[in-house]
Amino acid sequence: MNRSGEALIRVENLTAAYGDEVVLQDVSLEVYAGEVFAILGGSGCGKSTLLRHMVGLHEPAAGRVLIGGRDICRADDAQRRRILRSIGVTYQSGALFGSMTLLENVRFPLEELTELPHEAVDTIAMTKLRLVGLAEYAESPPAEVSGGMQKRAAIARAMALDPEILCMDEPSSGLDPVTSAELDQLILELARALSVTFVVVSHELASIYTIADRVAMLDKQARTIIATGTPQELREHSEDERVRRFLERNV
Amino acid sequence: MSRAREQTASASVEAEQGSDGAFRLVLSGRLDAHTTAGAWREALRLLEGAAPGRAVVDASRVDYCDGAGIALLRELRRRQDARGGELVIEGLAEESRSSLERFEDAELDPARYRRTVRHGPVERAGRAAVAVLQDGRQQVEFVGELMVAMGGALARPRRLRWKDVFALIEQVGANALPVVGLVGFLMGLVMAFEAAIILQQFGVEIFVAKFIGLSLIRELGPLVTAIVLAGRSGSSFAAELGTMQVNDEISALRTMGLEPVRVLVVSRVLAAVAMMPPLTVFFDLAGLLGGAFVAFSLGIPLVTYTNQALASVDLSDVLGALVKALVLGLLVAAAGCLRGLQTERSASGVGRATTRAVVSGIILIAVASGVFAVVYYYLGI
Ligand SMILES: Nc1ncnc2c1ncn2[C@@H]1O[C@H](COP(=O)(O)OP(=O)(O)OP(=O)(O)O)[C@@H](O)[C@H]1O
Ligand SMILES: [Mg+2]
Repeated sequence: MNRSGEALIRVENLTAAYGDEVVLQDVSLEVYAGEVFAILGGSGCGKSTLLRHMVGLHEPAAGRVLIGGRDICRADDAQRRRILRSIGVTYQSGALFGSMTLLENVRFPLEELTELPHEAVDTIAMTKLRLVGLAEYAESPPAEVSGGMQKRAAIARAMALDPEILCMDEPSSGLDPVTSAELDQLILELARALSVTFVVVSHELASIYTIADRVAMLDKQARTIIATGTPQELREHSEDERVRRFLERNV
Repeated sequence: MSRAREQTASASVEAEQGSDGAFRLVLSGRLDAHTTAGAWREALRLLEGAAPGRAVVDASRVDYCDGAGIALLRELRRRQDARGGELVIEGLAEESRSSLERFEDAELDPARYRRTVRHGPVERAGRAAVAVLQDGRQQVEFVGELMVAMGGALARPRRLRWKDVFALIEQVGANALPVVGLVGFLMGLVMAFEAAIILQQFGVEIFVAKFIGLSLIRELGPLVTAIVLAGRSGSSFAAELGTMQVNDEISALRTMGLEPVRVLVVSRVLAAVAMMPPLTVFFDLAGLLGGAFVAFSLGIPLVTYTNQALASVDLSDVLGALVKALVLGLLVAAAGCLRGLQTERSASGVGRATTRAVVSGIILIAVASGVFAVVYYYLGI
């Protein structure tokens, strides 16, 4: 992990609102290349909202999000596309295309965004599905596999183009402990071998202690980040009662 | 739950005078969601009939009390408080007491959390105006994006997902043949019949063919086919895209760096535009066939009918109608897709998007038909 350089993702004084309702106020954070960054916090505190702003789905009410030094909301179309192609995103709901099979879902970004020949696309897509243990369900539509399997297929799709950054919204919720541990291993492998940068929203403390280099904790009342640091640091030394309570539960 | 238990289990309420003169409400039996319903009104009536001041609820004979029972006790206490009295609850089992005390009454009042602020009429009017302007802006943006995307697709047709386009063509075109044919046939039949009644009075039944040919091919063909398209496909486009919106599939496209308009809308609009002319021709043929039935029964030979019908229109009429069909198809499909992409994130949002798609489609059909009528008049078509 290289922290001396410029941050890969920099969120500066972000305020996020839905209509008149402010969900996040004055949030700042930095994610460095190659690290696994986890966003924690109670249900409804704005983790998904933060992630959606980081990938440019919503325009901040105030503040900005820089990816590789570029403001994603102010970039022109070509730059924006270039930034987005370096990011893979998975959603809390999976968000697979319902009209396509799992394989077609994974093939989709490869077909739309590259000139790779047919066979190459197939091989790459099947490799990704195999990585998340879904090769045998390649030809099933999303509606015919379980919720956890949809989640894993979505991860395969997000990895299709081997992005530099993978943003995942609760990737392990709905997975059994074994699959969830396998997913953690996969994340660590990608982070170490290909130095992929991860931004992961998660509730699973076990997985956070295994994978996260640093965590940021959001709080619903404060509407902002109340602590950042390595998970161990926060658990042992945080002055904030809320942080320690969150991190100590069932460990 | 067994029937026997339902019959035996019940709650009862009685009022009595305590030794200290206080009003006592004695609850007994089982207080669950089924039995409490019966006891509720009686308990409140008895309490409110008593003199205000101190009242006691005796719950020592309650042998089961769940959330409904707690709600009753809470309501009794609230009413008594509102009258300025005091309510003492005696003999309540420990676990029920703790659930009664767990939350403050005020915490459980939904009005406290209500979000929708009531706006005055001026502000409401203002907000409605802003909403209309925003919708207008979105429409203009959408038309722009769609034109760019269509241009891009024409410039690089290989990038188009042809598999999707063909599936859509089947869904929009081939699958619509039965309903378009049926509507066309019946309209031809009915119109010819009505016209024949009048024309017969003048002895010129032969004009039935001219009438049918002219009105169907020039005006009704594109119009009715477009309305069928709005009902069948405009709505289904809106529902499909709306569901994708609700499922975050649209967000997923955007974060892949793909424009939903290019990936999803172009194929749908192309399919609709490609299928409108053939559907319109099919409608016209079915209508002429319906008219032929009437003509035949009036004793007009089929050859005469066909000749008359075809002579009633010239090539410019036919081409004009087909161009109109193309444009109406474009409008209906684009409106359906736009409404789908504008869906709010809920199941009822998808329903509303579908309705809006059909309504917008029909409005656009009406407006465009008017414009075409004027333009064609000046062009002499
Ligand atoms: N589309 C929306 N419109 C209005 N408010 C929203 C919308 N989406 C989220 N919110 C509000 O924003 C807040 C944060 O939501 P968000 O989905 O970011 O929470 P979260 O931290 O991801 O929760 P969870 O762990 O349950 O997924 C919530 O209080 C919610 O009410
Ligand atoms: Mg969330």
